[in-house]
Amino acid sequence: MLKKLMLAASLLALSAAPVLADETIGLITKTETNPFFVKMREGAQAKAKELGVTLITAAGKYDGDNDGQVAAIENLIAAGAKGFAIVPSVSKAIVPTIQKARDAGLKVIVLDTPLDPMNAADATFATDNRKAGMLIGEWAKGTLGDKAKDARIVFLDLATNQPTVDFLRDQGFMQGFGIDVKDPNKIGDEDDPRICTHEISQGDQEKGRTAMENALQKCPDVNVVYTINEPAAAGAWEALKAVGKDDGSVLLVSIDGGCPGVKNVQAGTLGATSQQYPLKMAAMALEAIHTGKIPEIDPAVGFLDTGAQLITAKPVDGVPSISVEEGLKLCWG
Amino acid sequence: MSDNATGSAAAERGLPPSEPGGVASFEEADRGPIRRMQEFLHRFPTSIPFIVLLIGVVIFSFAAPGKFLAPFNFSLILQQVTIIAILGVAQTLVILTAGIDLSVGVIMILASVVMGRTAVVYGVPVEIAFPLGLLAGLACGFVNGVIVTKLRLPPFIVTLGTWSIFGALNVWYSKSETIRQADVQETAPFLQWTGTIIKPYDFFSNTLGLDLVFLKGWVLNYGSVVMLIVAAVIWYVLNKTAFGRHVYASGDDPDAARLAGINTDRALIGVYALAGFICAIAAWVLIGRIGGVSPQAGQTANLDSITAVVIGGTSLFGGRGSIVGTLVGALIVGVFRNGLALSGLELLWQDFAVGVLIIVAVTIDQWIRKISS
Repeated sequence: MLKKLMLAASLLALSAAPVLADETIGLITKTETNPFFVKMREGAQAKAKELGVTLITAAGKYDGDNDGQVAAIENLIAAGAKGFAIVPSVSKAIVPTIQKARDAGLKVIVLDTPLDPMNAADATFATDNRKAGMLIGEWAKGTLGDKAKDARIVFLDLATNQPTVDFLRDQGFMQGFGIDVKDPNKIGDEDDPRICTHEISQGDQEKGRTAMENALQKCPDVNVVYTINEPAAAGAWEALKAVGKDDGSVLLVSIDGGCPGVKNVQAGTLGATSQQYPLKMAAMALEAIHTGKIPEIDPAVGFLDTGAQLITAKPVDGVPSISVEEGLKLCWG
Repeated sequence: MSDNATGSAAAERGLPPSEPGGVASFEEADRGPIRRMQEFLHRFPTSIPFIVLLIGVVIFSFAAPGKFLAPFNFSLILQQVTIIAILGVAQTLVILTAGIDLSVGVIMILASVVMGRTAVVYGVPVEIAFPLGLLAGLACGFVNGVIVTKLRLPPFIVTLGTWSIFGALNVWYSKSETIRQADVQETAPFLQWTGTIIKPYDFFSNTLGLDLVFLKGWVLNYGSVVMLIVAAVIWYVLNKTAFGRHVYASGDDPDAARLAGINTDRALIGVYALAGFICAIAAWVLIGRIGGVSPQAGQTANLDSITAVVIGGTSLFGGRGSIVGTLVGALIVGVFRNGLALSGLELLWQDFAVGVLIIVAVTIDQWIRKISS
């Protein structure tokens, strides 16, 4: 079984080789299916066409599949690629393989999820997830006004092992809302009484609904719901609707900026969302690898922020935001 | 109730006698309470999941006082397990034939995408899109059945393969795009019908003028009703029809079944196709539950359905088990997950508990099977 797989992999690598008269650039995402990565791939394909380079795409089988990404990098090295952009599934474990690729002369640009340590890549282009969280936190606080000090908040997080994106967004929201986060890289060590509960949604619509149902049992007086992404928010909305809390008594906020999410902001089910830009990330990475010119990166931040913008139909003074119409033009997935 | 224990001789073959001594007095001692319980459980295997369910309810009534033991919370649990229970019914059919179906979850997602995308994105009337989704499920199951019987491959491998294949088709057809609740509501509200809320108390007091106090606080949806109908129909098929007998017989001892004149291949293809069809019904319930269509949902549904079946007391060796057991098995998982969540424990302890339940369930299954030796 394993032998056959390896044979298949090396055949793949061989078959990729003849194309290499031209320049080849790789794109490795966490999974094949997540709309965020699907869009990223589309952005890369468009850019590759424009630059006249060959794009090889690969992905892990599931979120957290390090082995799959290692194999993909090895194939790209074997194929003699000029470099690749990668969204690492496991920020620490992939580092030695990335080093191997860089030693072989490949340019490596990390997208979306920084490596640990961040400087193990040539550059990192990512959404500032903490800032994205802060934007919706500030918006929720501003919208509630005086009521913010008596808020009852439910957090629908991603996973129990708290991947970087999970704590960055969650803690960012708290910082924006004015909650003392204690350790800014850890969810759950806070003692602010306004936090009612943290539940796990796994970023999934069905599990998001279940998580919200359980949260409602603990916090019947909830009036703010933070969600890790828009599918989780959509599931939470169904749970709120089922108990008649779709009457505007609960503020629902999220992060991502996918088209279904932005439309939910337009429909008023989602109060606000922070939008990120996967197409831009991928296009910039291809450009940088192709030209060999890495853009200036502020060493204090450590990565190039591809931006996050708040989208809401009800702007709040002092919190920069764009309209739903603008958001729809920029949305993905 | 289908405590079907049709001749489990094949599974017990070769097990040594459990009585240790040859002295008559030992024999008497062994007929103690434990032995009697073993005999009772052997005769009524479905009683085990019921007992576990009861224990769970009692524990969490104390662990999460005031929250767990309420009609509304039980309603929630019922809604939370509905999808897995329906998939569990499909899985039970397959496991009764000593097979396993790893593709139930992805068949459900594919069917939901076919229903939703065809109706909402391609604007096909829901009267066509919905049956098309059911047909997609049936076709996937049929493919599984044909490969298992005609190529004589182990079901585990076949459905491991088709899990991947159907998953790829899902990505291809759905383009990984989510369909929003509002869009489904606008163009194909029928697909959301399973999510419609029913308040049984109001229903009976409005229609029949009955004041059924014990129904107060319960909130169900049509998805739960669909689940009960699916379970009842499959229970009937398994217990009251020739096809059902063939399913049990094929799982218990395929050689004997063939010698008895049963076309086991036809029975198997029927089982997998029916399982695929049931998955498509689960797809309908899923759309009702999440409002929209999400190609990423249900990633762990296949394993969750197997968990429900195993905890429900159906033997992985085939030929023994019941639909009622599976429903209770799904409920047990729901009760433990909800109860632990309300007690304030993290998700990882819910996973831990479900793991323990699986091991305990299979251990009990092995133990009671020793009885006939």
